[in-house]
Amino acid sequence: MKKVIYLDNAATTKVRPEVVEAMLPYYTEHYGNPSSVYAFSTPCKKAMAHTREIIANALGAKTEEIYFTNGGTESDNWALKAAAEAYASKGKHIITTKIEHHAILHTGEYLEKNGYDVTYLPVDEMGVVDLKALKEAIRPDTILISVMFANNEIGTIQPIKEIGEIAKEHGILFHTDAVQAFGHEPINVEELHIDMLSASAHKLHGPKGVGFLYIRKGLKLRSFIHGGAQERKRRAGTENVPGIVGLGKCVEIAVASMDETKKKETELRDYLIGRVMSEIPFTRLNGHPTQRLSNNANFAFQFIEGESLLIMLDMAGICGSSGSACTSGSLDPSHVLLAIGLPHEIAHGSLRLTLSDETTKEEIDYTVDNLKAIVERLRSMSPLYEDFVKSREKKEIQG
Amino acid sequence: MYSEKVMDHFQNPRNVGEIEGASGVGTVGNAKCGDIMRIYLDIDDETRIIKDCKFKTFGCGATVATSSMATELVIGKTIEEAMKVTNKAVMEALDGLPAVKVHCSLLAEEAIHAALWDYAEKNGITIEGLEKPKSDISEHEEDEEY
Repeated sequence: MKKVIYLDNAATTKVRPEVVEAMLPYYTEHYGNPSSVYAFSTPCKKAMAHTREIIANALGAKTEEIYFTNGGTESDNWALKAAAEAYASKGKHIITTKIEHHAILHTGEYLEKNGYDVTYLPVDEMGVVDLKALKEAIRPDTILISVMFANNEIGTIQPIKEIGEIAKEHGILFHTDAVQAFGHEPINVEELHIDMLSASAHKLHGPKGVGFLYIRKGLKLRSFIHGGAQERKRRAGTENVPGIVGLGKCVEIAVASMDETKKKETELRDYLIGRVMSEIPFTRLNGHPTQRLSNNANFAFQFIEGESLLIMLDMAGICGSSGSACTSGSLDPSHVLLAIGLPHEIAHGSLRLTLSDETTKEEIDYTVDNLKAIVERLRSMSPLYEDFVKSREKKEIQG
Repeated sequence: MYSEKVMDHFQNPRNVGEIEGASGVGTVGNAKCGDIMRIYLDIDDETRIIKDCKFKTFGCGATVATSSMATELVIGKTIEEAMKVTNKAVMEALDGLPAVKVHCSLLAEEAIHAALWDYAEKNGITIEGLEKPKSDISEHEEDEEY
């Protein structure tokens, strides 16, 4: 296989060898069911407790507030549906944003069909949620605010502390989808007034199919998956022990190296953004210039279409992603890019590149060099660019 | 997800460009939906043979490949023969397209028809079976720069 430059770490990440190594014994040696009474299952119970401790420490939470799930989507579904059900007697209004992941948006739509009212807050052109709109949206029957910690497409980090304070003042539950931010950004659930938080291992160099939901003690959330008494009777099903071990290991590494990783990624990201913006004309940076995830860069290249761009990058061995309609499987481009006010035709030409701590400057240089040539080539084929050039020439003659 | 032929026509598109003083030009599609195709035709008025065809396309891999294949299929054909180049013919020539991309091949047929319509209008002739293009885009006005 030819060398791959993987710049799609917001989609998923490479599992660290240390994580795999930690997981392996739980497949072949310590394979007991953690619910069993015999001593053979003790290492499984211990390993799960250890992961719970790592996560609780990372969040400033208590171990009994961490519930293992199969990942971010399940955690989001659980948080929204269970909170809606548990607090329905208080009210049926939920506030979220227009730029949430589909795990939140589609769950919101589901709740709307089931008698709930959902407000989808707008964001500004940088992708930051409008706090004034949030305050105005609050009603006596508002039971839940769910705002993502950082956006998966454009990387913008939300003013979580302010949102948490607003929620607390009004006695409303606050959930955050931290799938992109957990392990990347420091998060303390007490300081930020977070009541529920979703996260996933595979965005953090851990295995796929495992994540958790933090639920503040005292919240009356019922079980979402019914069955056995696992996870304090709140999430049935035999635990994914190797996955949970992997989750613990990747979080441990992420937390210990967070500052260093952030510094390294930020430098490389800014280098990437700097080169692209100065060397490729008619390009826009999507998302906030500074208040963004350290590994995220998102561009819109005018006059070209994202899928073509991705295929050409792929031919050069570069993995990226796009918010174009063709890659989203619908006729509309990404809802996030539309929410920050991009016109459809420009949203179609977007490219997201997300780095990891293993990304090198050489890889970035190779990517930008290829990107420049590809954008130029696609523009030379684009009728939109042709029209633009002709109208510019016309203006120059007239001017 | 794409056939080898589609990938070949995407990577090495045939007949990309413009024709100065073309006999007919047709632009179809919509930037909002993410694809626009423009076809230029050079037609011999005497023989009604398409001597040359070029294209410019804004769109996904399938749209680029269908544009390229469509130009190859109509060059050397008479207007009447070119009218028979349907989206199905373009798709077959490309060894098929994924189901979600079938609409891209419709654009190629429409673009050829739009260019022929332009030629017919300019020359005051009628082409049998040709209808006014329905998805011709209006003049593009966008000078926003980033």
